[in-house]
Amino acid sequence: MSETSPTSADRARDAILLNMGPQHPSTHGVLRFVLHTDGEIMHRAVPEVGYLHRGLEKLAEQQTWAAYMPFTDRINYMESMFCNQAWAMAVERLAGIEVPERAEFLRVIACELNRIANHHITLGCMSMDVGAFTPFTYLLRERETINDLMEALCGNRLTYNYMRIGGVAHDVDRAWIAALEKFLDHFEPICDELDSLISYNEILVKRFIEVGVICQADAVAWGLVGPNLRASGVSWDLRRDQPYSVYPRFDFDVPTAAGARGIEGDCFRRWLVRAEEMRQSCRILRQAIAALPEGEIRAKVPRKLKPPAGEVYACVEGARGELGVYAVSDGSDRPYRAKWRSSSFSALSIIEHISPGLMIADLVAVVASLDTIAPEMDR
Amino acid sequence: MSQIETIQARLLELVPESSWSDGAAGDPFAALPADGWHAACLAVRDDPALGFDFLRSLSGVDRPADDRIEVVAHLFSYKHRHALVLKTHTGRDGGALPSIHDVWPAAEWYEREIFDLLGVRFEGHRDLRRLLMPEDWQGHPLRKDYREAEHYRGIPTRRPGYAAPDRDEP
Amino acid sequence: MDALYELITGSDLGFWWKQLLLAVLIGAVGVIVFSVALVYAALMTYLERRVSGRVQSRVGPNRVGPLGLLQWLADGAKMILKEDVIPAAADRPLFRLAPYPVVIGVFAAFASVPFGEWLIAADLNVGLLYLLAITSLVVVGILMAGWASNNKWSLFGGIRSAAQIVSYEVPTALAILVVVLMAGSLSTQDIIREQGGWPWDWYVFRQPFAFAAFFLYFTAALAEGNRTPFDLPEAESELVAGYNTEYSGMRFGGFYLGEFGNVYLMCAIATLVFFGGWQIPGVSPAEHHGSWLWQIVGFGLFFVKAWAASFVVVWLRWTLPRLRVDQLMSLCYRYLVPLSFVCLLGTAVLMMLVPAGSLFDSLLRFGTFGFGLLVAAIFFWRVLWHIRHVGDRIDLKILARGVRGRFDPAIQHRAYGAFRKQQKQPEESR
Repeated sequence: MSETSPTSADRARDAILLNMGPQHPSTHGVLRFVLHTDGEIMHRAVPEVGYLHRGLEKLAEQQTWAAYMPFTDRINYMESMFCNQAWAMAVERLAGIEVPERAEFLRVIACELNRIANHHITLGCMSMDVGAFTPFTYLLRERETINDLMEALCGNRLTYNYMRIGGVAHDVDRAWIAALEKFLDHFEPICDELDSLISYNEILVKRFIEVGVICQADAVAWGLVGPNLRASGVSWDLRRDQPYSVYPRFDFDVPTAAGARGIEGDCFRRWLVRAEEMRQSCRILRQAIAALPEGEIRAKVPRKLKPPAGEVYACVEGARGELGVYAVSDGSDRPYRAKWRSSSFSALSIIEHISPGLMIADLVAVVASLDTIAPEMDR
Repeated sequence: MSQIETIQARLLELVPESSWSDGAAGDPFAALPADGWHAACLAVRDDPALGFDFLRSLSGVDRPADDRIEVVAHLFSYKHRHALVLKTHTGRDGGALPSIHDVWPAAEWYEREIFDLLGVRFEGHRDLRRLLMPEDWQGHPLRKDYREAEHYRGIPTRRPGYAAPDRDEP
Repeated sequence: MDALYELITGSDLGFWWKQLLLAVLIGAVGVIVFSVALVYAALMTYLERRVSGRVQSRVGPNRVGPLGLLQWLADGAKMILKEDVIPAAADRPLFRLAPYPVVIGVFAAFASVPFGEWLIAADLNVGLLYLLAITSLVVVGILMAGWASNNKWSLFGGIRSAAQIVSYEVPTALAILVVVLMAGSLSTQDIIREQGGWPWDWYVFRQPFAFAAFFLYFTAALAEGNRTPFDLPEAESELVAGYNTEYSGMRFGGFYLGEFGNVYLMCAIATLVFFGGWQIPGVSPAEHHGSWLWQIVGFGLFFVKAWAASFVVVWLRWTLPRLRVDQLMSLCYRYLVPLSFVCLLGTAVLMMLVPAGSLFDSLLRFGTFGFGLLVAAIFFWRVLWHIRHVGDRIDLKILARGVRGRFDPAIQHRAYGAFRKQQKQPEESR
């Protein structure tokens, strides 16, 4: 670490202490960094979190198992579908509920749509944080269609609250599926277009390449997950490697962007992994639409659900990686304890470790590329 | 279940004082005493047969009935693709545990969170401060007997007409 | 201006009367130039917002006046009426003073920039030198603002800006020097007169080195004007708003107008130096000189060229990401400065070797022009291809028409609609 080496301690005496946030344009959500800088170059960036702490884990202890579902939307509003799913899976495993097949398919469809929507925001914010505003608006334009689809699906555009314990809330009809197919037809070329528009823009590449490098060992030790971990060269995806729901039935790749420009674990690889994941999500969506079975969308769940005493850790591959929930039941109708394991939390804790030597402008790019989001780490 | 059994056997070999519980519902876990916590974590990380390199989550659970706070570590190994749940516990009043942030750096923030929300001190932690709550917050919110103060810095913490949750008692 | 000057000095009035009239004349010209510059700068803000809207598939300002054309007036009124907040810890005199060097630096430069052959406030014989020198005043204001705000982000912005503007003045000046070498004059009007109306007579297409010098100039001028991809002093995702973070009201307006005035200025300089200024194709300078009609056409041509260049500047801003500080400096000193020296040297050598009007000269001229056309054609072909490829946003309502039967959103959506209707009815009946 920086303070152990004498040279940096000498330099640290001249450091400027700079507060980045909580009101700063590029702290995603409300987040503060205390920067120790020497001009543009940082000795250290210490994240200070908690500005969006809403006590969602404490609130879980006061809701019934099913009534906590809308709260999970707020764990991370960018990927609320995954939060829904993680919670539903935890409770289903505790209570031993079997989810109907059609509901699993609908969950997959909803989640993959949510993943695309999330990556729109992530890539848009990444480009915006290095100064390109326009890709953000283009991606938001596409995301708007997903929002429309989601609204037709579950009535909400952001905090979906779509899933229920034992299934999903609403069924889809043929028209919705057709609309989704139209969107996919439209969106798949957009992925290529995104690459030619901005991904390989020389300035963007220069800003991201070899910046904020997280080596494989560090990524694992600090608990990075999802695209961040894959960009560091660990080909790991819960959907493929620890299968849940109906994912084993789909054929998709887990991109690590190996062999692309940049070096393992830099910001540019993280960008590429996300850009490729959108394509893979489209593939999964196509297969899920084709194989969508008929049937029930919700299992018979008792109105007053009382899972037996016990504890589970259920995790899904969210848009930011492993999104886990550790749920403890004491046999009553309310959770005894719910603990969320979120990607942003671990991603942000590594910032202090990788910050020495970065420039201020790099920090902005690194935070954006790690896809940290304040509500998820503060909960 | 053979995978879990081999883990169990290896764990008992490495850490004889661990006690295995299958868990009534959900995941099985291994309980450890507080003083062997750090050594056990180091052992399961470094043992080639176990190789738990990924700390999925470190959480605390308040158990006022047993007068203790449990700390639960969810571990995973990318090499062997298996998981393990380790548990330890400490007293509710002034309880302390050895910090494992040198085993998994990821634990650093998890321990700060547990210290913040449940009041468990982690000895040897590099920078044990409150993480989520303000520095001068009173009490540890995730404890079952936690009562929010009426005011925080002169600001009332409850709005008029606020309906208190019906299960506020510990 | 010159004619009026001669009229006054040549008249048989007394010495003091002459001086007084001259003072009035200078004052009046100053006011006119300042107003015109202000309007140009304000129109620039309109162009910026409108073009960015189109680029980003938004609408842009369209409420004030037809097509939102009066938006800049509304903005100006707003800025004047807003409170001028001065932070408690700021260095008050310096904070108040800071916008003036910026405004003066930019708007004083308009005095020597032609709008048409007759429309120039002062055709100085060192015009280009004056332009380069007076715009450097901007950096003083920005540095003052950054320091006086007593805000570290502002300071960062100010210092970045100082480093950037001072560095990029070198390639800007060198690139312009290429043309000065060819024209043999520093006067803006003389440089325009040396060119012709047709594109191949413009300095940019005279020879390959001038062609390269134009791009060097344009890049460096973008950086000097703090425009994306070089807008580091006010990089909003890094430095909040850089040196003008703490400014509000008309003081902010000073920086704002200064920046946009600067954009027009750099485009006007590009026009007069590289693109033949007000020269009309097929009209000789002698014909042009005496005719009102050609003056107006010349003014229009200059206007169109300068604003077309401004459009490109705005377009670039909404297309490119931003460089990092170290990359900015390495771009300047490792690429732009050496390259502009090469251009300067190459031009000198060419001028020695190739006599004007020779066959090789014409070949160079038309070759460069053809190359320029080719580059432009390829560029626009690619842009159009991408525009076609992306297509427009798809709308669920439009989608629904293609779907067999009626588009039927999910149950919840319908239930929600019915619920909304129920909620609304009591209100309507009231």
